[in-house]
Amino acid sequence: MVRHDSAADVYRQALPVILVSLVAGLFAGTLLGTESMREGIESVPGLLLLLPAFLATRGGVYGPLGARLSSGLHQGLISPHFEWNDRLRNAVVASFLNGMIVSILIAFLAYVVLLAFGRSGNLLELVFILTIAGFLSAVTMLGVLLAVIFRGYRRGVDPDNIVGPVVTTVGDVFGVAFLLVAVEITEVIL
Amino acid sequence: MTEGGDDGEFVDEWTVSNIVTTIVPLLAVLSVLQMGSGSVLERFEEQLLTQPSLLVLVPVMIGTAGNLGSIMCARLSTQLHLGVLEFSPDNPNVRANVAAVFGLAVTVFFLLGVASWAIGRLLGGSLGLGTLLFITMVSGMLLAVWVVIVSSVAVYVSYRLGYDPDDTTIPVVTNVSDVTGVLILFTVVWIVL
Repeated sequence: MVRHDSAADVYRQALPVILVSLVAGLFAGTLLGTESMREGIESVPGLLLLLPAFLATRGGVYGPLGARLSSGLHQGLISPHFEWNDRLRNAVVASFLNGMIVSILIAFLAYVVLLAFGRSGNLLELVFILTIAGFLSAVTMLGVLLAVIFRGYRRGVDPDNIVGPVVTTVGDVFGVAFLLVAVEITEVIL
Repeated sequence: MTEGGDDGEFVDEWTVSNIVTTIVPLLAVLSVLQMGSGSVLERFEEQLLTQPSLLVLVPVMIGTAGNLGSIMCARLSTQLHLGVLEFSPDNPNVRANVAAVFGLAVTVFFLLGVASWAIGRLLGGSLGLGTLLFITMVSGMLLAVWVVIVSSVAVYVSYRLGYDPDDTTIPVVTNVSDVTGVLILFTVVWIVL
């Protein structure tokens, strides 16, 4: 792959994905404004507080996986044709663990910040919500990411230009949606 | 320990524990940072719920900041792995990356201004098109400048410290951009409204 891309090349390759990401972000924003989400924000103290952390860590967990796989493809460490090998399996398992560990950690953090602000919070409720939302996002993100990277690379799209936007796009829409689902499920369980 | 010694500068082992122990502590610190922008959202909660346009801006602002940062970081670190990068404003790769990020930011934040106005109107908000375009363009350009600076510094520092920038820079830069994105957005909102 030619590496001396001009600004126009980078712009042209990244723009479609960035625009899809814009539309997805607008969709996520509109979801945030729905009545059931606003009810959720009101009924679960700390939900708005943990929202940026939850959305952003999708990028932090799955972005590195994307970057790692794309450098691996460029360096010839992994094959452009998808097949499970130790490298790939390790990278995927590690990302899943990262996603779960960090989601649960965010629940604890939000609880601590709530207490520090002198407000009351329900730790069990927050942990439940983030465990469910974290698991649903992990499964979705890993599936989408692997499909996009390998198909993209074989079609001559440099994964470096698309991985980040794909991760944040899928992360935003499904992040907000899965938080909403998790809030509903938790209400039923607890 | 390196794989075949082809990349001696970096910790380059693809093991589960290696990846987890690199990334989790980093994300833990960054989640603490994100509580900062969460607190900003909580503080503006009433305004967010009464002006739907502003609520619509939040995920896009967070997402686009991260997008631009990760394009910048992923490109810089691959160029670094391939040995075609030098940290200088004269480097053609650096120039192309920066110009592309600015072009993308102008495009996205113009469209965002228009879209958030339209959606806000549909949801019963009262903010004008001019106001929203001013908010998105000003915060978008400030964000682009910031993203370029943070990405370049992060890749450089990671490289100097011997960490693979693929693992370290994207979490750092997307999170820092996200938090500053929300801060920049609400500073502009606070000044304008």
